[in-house]
Amino acid sequence: MTSADFAIVLPEVLLAVFAMAALMYGVYGGKDKSAGVILWATAAVMVALAAWIGLNGEGSNAAFNGMFIDDGFSRFAKVTILLCGAAVLVMGETYLTRLDLLRFEYPLLIALATVGMMMMVSAGDLMSLYMGLELQSLALYVVAAMRRDSVKSTEAGLKYFVLGALSSGLLLYGASLVYGFSGTTLFSGIIQTASEGHVSLGLMFGLVFMITGLAFKVSAVPFHMWTPDVYEGSPTPVTAFFATAPKVAAMAMLARVLFDAFGGITGDWGQVIALLSVASMFLGAIAAIGQRNIKRLMAYSSISHMGFALMGLAAGTVGGVQAMLIYMAIYVTMNVGTFAFILSMERDGRPVTDIEALSQLGKSAPLKALAMMVLLFSLAGVPPMVGFFGKFYVLKAAVDAQMTWLAIAGVIASVIGAFYYLRIIYYMYFGEEGDALESTMSPVQWLLLVGSAAVMVVGVVNLFGLEGMAAAAASALVN
Amino acid sequence: MSLVDFAFYLFATTLVVAGFLTVVSKNPVHSVLWLILAFVSSSGLFVLLGAEFVAMLLIIVYVGAVAVLFLFVVMMLDVDFAELRGEMARYVPIALLIGVVILMQLSLAFGSWQFADQAQGLRAAVTPDLDQVHNTAALGQLIYGDYILLFQLSGLILLVAMIGAILLTMRHRPNVKRQNVIDQMHRDPAKAMELIDVKPGQGL
Repeated sequence: MTSADFAIVLPEVLLAVFAMAALMYGVYGGKDKSAGVILWATAAVMVALAAWIGLNGEGSNAAFNGMFIDDGFSRFAKVTILLCGAAVLVMGETYLTRLDLLRFEYPLLIALATVGMMMMVSAGDLMSLYMGLELQSLALYVVAAMRRDSVKSTEAGLKYFVLGALSSGLLLYGASLVYGFSGTTLFSGIIQTASEGHVSLGLMFGLVFMITGLAFKVSAVPFHMWTPDVYEGSPTPVTAFFATAPKVAAMAMLARVLFDAFGGITGDWGQVIALLSVASMFLGAIAAIGQRNIKRLMAYSSISHMGFALMGLAAGTVGGVQAMLIYMAIYVTMNVGTFAFILSMERDGRPVTDIEALSQLGKSAPLKALAMMVLLFSLAGVPPMVGFFGKFYVLKAAVDAQMTWLAIAGVIASVIGAFYYLRIIYYMYFGEEGDALESTMSPVQWLLLVGSAAVMVVGVVNLFGLEGMAAAAASALVN
Repeated sequence: MSLVDFAFYLFATTLVVAGFLTVVSKNPVHSVLWLILAFVSSSGLFVLLGAEFVAMLLIIVYVGAVAVLFLFVVMMLDVDFAELRGEMARYVPIALLIGVVILMQLSLAFGSWQFADQAQGLRAAVTPDLDQVHNTAALGQLIYGDYILLFQLSGLILLVAMIGAILLTMRHRPNVKRQNVIDQMHRDPAKAMELIDVKPGQGL
């Protein structure tokens, strides 16, 4: 029994074992001198695992009495997470080396956080969900505070830790209520006890507490307060990681809990998610207008994007989950490109985060500015970029589920949000002459920036088959 | 009242009183000592329940390790608890208000206490039959058998905690003189010392 179970969790086991082996190599080998090697090896392992999971995985398997579920949905999320993790790792290398921050523990913690995220999206039980979540969060608290000589980085780590602990507490309290009233921690058991009209008030309370805890992790309003500070304070490669893989994992985990455990009471949680969605979209769009720091701006942008992804979940249908998956996949692709650009923003060898520093980039580095413009248009959801299709799918899902008001709110928020993306473009092409940014960029960053911008344009043809993959993944989750 | 009942009330009362005194005592060292008493009495309650393994675990882990660790922390760190308390006192009224509101909301929710119909069955399904298996063995079967994945994951979490603590606190200072026993033993007196014949009035 156990060997069959371990065969199903093999990708997670391999990544964890790799992390431990690399830890030994780092400690007894070259210490921080070997950090570059470990970083590239970690990225290579992640890409290999993504290819393996994506190409080899089949059907729906449960391991460890249903505590671990390997199905189309979890595979979709895992491939996205692993590819994001690998991309963010390799594009941060030069930045970290320059600031003398490249320690060999960094890629290891990212790898272990990725193991946690893979557990999160595969969780079939409240306990394995919590374990995966804590493994991921704990590693992320540490990398947020990695820059020890910076007050802001330490503050970011501490804030993230305290609020993360609070949200974990809320989640656990909710989980204990759910267990108390349903008698089981297995999602497959909870769904038997929670059906429309027959759900006890206590179970409902538990569900709301759990949604609160999970909303912290996806930084949905009103649980978003930590996001701008943590994004600003963390070293930029870490911020890039925060904005991509953990968001996918948390969103997928939220979908897993809502549909696998509470799929019988869609109407009850749909309204909560819809409220979170509207609040996130609007706050993200409006609060970003005042931001001059591009990292804070990206934080509010991510809050707003999470609102759109939640809109797909709020619909509570197969189409909604499919839209959410498409949206998240497009969102992380855009963010990888954008952060590759932000990582290369520097002047006199020091990183710059002020958006006015981008003035006249269109003249000094035309290709970079063009790629960034495409990405920003895509983030704003301007047709015909791929970002528009992400928004289109979630809006369509909301309309199909008779939530037209939600879709209209989404359109309004997206129009408001377009302002701050367009302002960056304005600075790049029409801004006043100032000290120019250095146009150096490592080849990896250049490749990711231009590649992701190219995807935003070329993907319009058929979204690279994303629609079909997301549909298969969504139908694996929603029965 | 049978002996078991008497023992239960004895342990339960001690536990509640000790827990209360842990919170209110002014001297932090006393707090830790009260905490140890609370742990011991709760382990007594576990013995009454027939869970002797958990009872011993509570004593070994909490009293033996955790509480003593607390005691070390309290004694070694120079934290002014009185000042912290004064700081806290400012927020007591609002905290109390919020606490009461939450309590009322929860009592509203749990006033209609109603389990799902299948709850009892689902709850019993996980645990091995205690007529067949000893309770310690049942615990082992659950932790190392059914929940092996969670057990290993908690190991990974502890590993991350360890890596994190080292990453965030360890500093490599280049100019520190450390003791190296092997080097010291292999020192050659002929090379380490030089005899110089200093002439009077000249110096080196």
